Amino acid sequence: MKIKSQKDFWSGLMFVATGLGFAWGAQYYSFGSSARPGPGYFPFGLGILLALLGALVLFEALTIETEDGEPIGKWAFKPLITICLSIAVFGWLLPRLGMALSLPILIIICSLAGDEFHWKDVLINCIVLTIGSWAIFIIGLKLVIPLWPTFIGA
Amino acid sequence: MDLLNNLALGFGVALSLQNVFYAFFGAVLGTLIGVLPGLGPVATIAMLLPSIYALDATPALIMLAGIYYGAQYGGSTTAILINVPGESSSVVTAIDGYQMARQGRAGAALAAAGLGSFFAGCVGTIIIAAFAPPLTELAFKFGPAEYFSLMVLGLIGAVVLASGSLIKAISMILLGLLLGQINTDVISGVPRYSFDIPELTDGIGFVAIAMGVFGFGEIIANLSRPAEHREVFTKDVKGLWPTKDDFFRAWPAVLRGTSLGSILGVLPGGGALLASFAAYTLEKKSPGKPGEVPFGKGNIRGVAGPESANNAGAQTSFIPMLTLGIPPNAVMALMVGAMTIKGIQPGPQVMTSNPQLFWGLIASMWVGNLMLIVLNLPLIGIWIKLLTVPYRFLFPAIVTFCGIGLYTLNNSSFDVYIGAFFGVIGYAFYKLGCEPAPLLLGFILGPMMEENLRRALLLSRGDWSTFVTRPLSAGLLLAALAMVVIVALPSIKAKRQEAFAEAD
Repeated sequence: MKIKSQKDFWSGLMFVATGLGFAWGAQYYSFGSSARPGPGYFPFGLGILLALLGALVLFEALTIETEDGEPIGKWAFKPLITICLSIAVFGWLLPRLGMALSLPILIIICSLAGDEFHWKDVLINCIVLTIGSWAIFIIGLKLVIPLWPTFIGA
Repeated sequence: MDLLNNLALGFGVALSLQNVFYAFFGAVLGTLIGVLPGLGPVATIAMLLPSIYALDATPALIMLAGIYYGAQYGGSTTAILINVPGESSSVVTAIDGYQMARQGRAGAALAAAGLGSFFAGCVGTIIIAAFAPPLTELAFKFGPAEYFSLMVLGLIGAVVLASGSLIKAISMILLGLLLGQINTDVISGVPRYSFDIPELTDGIGFVAIAMGVFGFGEIIANLSRPAEHREVFTKDVKGLWPTKDDFFRAWPAVLRGTSLGSILGVLPGGGALLASFAAYTLEKKSPGKPGEVPFGKGNIRGVAGPESANNAGAQTSFIPMLTLGIPPNAVMALMVGAMTIKGIQPGPQVMTSNPQLFWGLIASMWVGNLMLIVLNLPLIGIWIKLLTVPYRFLFPAIVTFCGIGLYTLNNSSFDVYIGAFFGVIGYAFYKLGCEPAPLLLGFILGPMMEENLRRALLLSRGDWSTFVTRPLSAGLLLAALAMVVIVALPSIKAKRQEAFAEAD
């Protein structure tokens, strides 16, 4: 059996797995009856439906001829990991270090994701964006965001 | 003369200093992101949602609406000048608009796009004002079964008209519906799929999903592509006004585009994107005046038609959202979310319970459109300068605003982690060729759909046939089925692929 469309094959697999996962999880909640549907009723039905559709996508991926096999191509791991990591780190740091420190850290890490990295540009970006965010979010919109690290501020 | 009274009320609200300011701000911001490729109204509105906590509901919605129709204006500017459509709905504008610019007729193209959009925007506003009340009356006759069927129709409509594989799009809806199941069950109070994480019992914030998938996912996808070289000819933008001849050629196209766009905007799944594609096809098919430049070589009708249509569609797609509380596209889904954030339950009761908001929003659209035409025609030169901002400055700014926005949702780091997680998911969707917009629609509608389904079943004592024996509900389901069947027919399938292939 040859895979005719890589993209559809993996998306089909994803749909089947997620659908079955949700349907399996639904058994922990009361299913009820159709006259009194319980909390598990809707997710179970949806999960099964998604798994069926996913199977259909899989079937098509294995049978319908495509021109180039629709390859997924190389994963851009560098931007993927850098961007998502920088955001997660920012989420962790913000309540601890405050915006004045965690924003520059976020900007420096996420700038590493691009092809070009010049310290001068990144520093300009840090200064402009940190002051800009302070002006917009803390001064302008009066949102409660810590500005300085907890060990200085409180 | 209810209509006039209502509009008077609306203009009273919309013309207050504060609301004019927010309409202006939204329109400018919308134009800005319309000009910048890779940053669309969905991501921007998602980014701004946390900030509306500090605003009243009316200015907040006026601003968000301004972003949506502002983006339609801005998108056409770059499409014409540098052949880079800033918005997906301006893709077809680029075909003839860019050719006109190359012949030194950029001014005429931009003016045709701007004036066509303005005309369409005015008509769209009147249509909303005229048709929203009767539709709202109808909506009050809806029971849970009808609502459920209407949502099915809405979701199906949203995907059959979108590009790409139909089955995959429906699967994405289901995935969205399932993600919406991560919450506390409304009827029994049981937390579902929360894995004992307290934050998950409130459900995933749809802002976190939208930012992750549309914001971060897009950035990662953009960074993985090599930077493209762009060709700008700003020097040629002079002589703003079209000639008399241009004018005579363009106005029938504007009329056709406006009517087509107004109709398609109301349909579920419609909105600006579909309207502009359909209008271009219509212009190509309709006979022009003798001695016209062929399409694809700089025909002004190819700019005026689609641009009017996408603006009319953007306006009228507010109708299902405002009257039924059902979003026809991803932007409207975010607007529904914004109303919920402000404590307004979207649906037919909005018109009676918040008339200021309802009519103020409608009137503000006209005001916003007027501002846009004033803003766009003289300021084209400035918009062009923005395009020279390199992406290496732009994407950290987007990440920054998203990051802060995510944190301020609940003042907790958890939403930031969820956003980062959905960034990974968003990139995976991009790699697998799965359109993420249907997922967001499903996610928004999921809890509503479940509640209505379960209520309908309770009322019918478990009899599923309630959905087909009630005439309104049966009609809606039939329409949904018809849509799927029509799209699945081989001949239409080929046409549909052809239509979207042309756009690429």
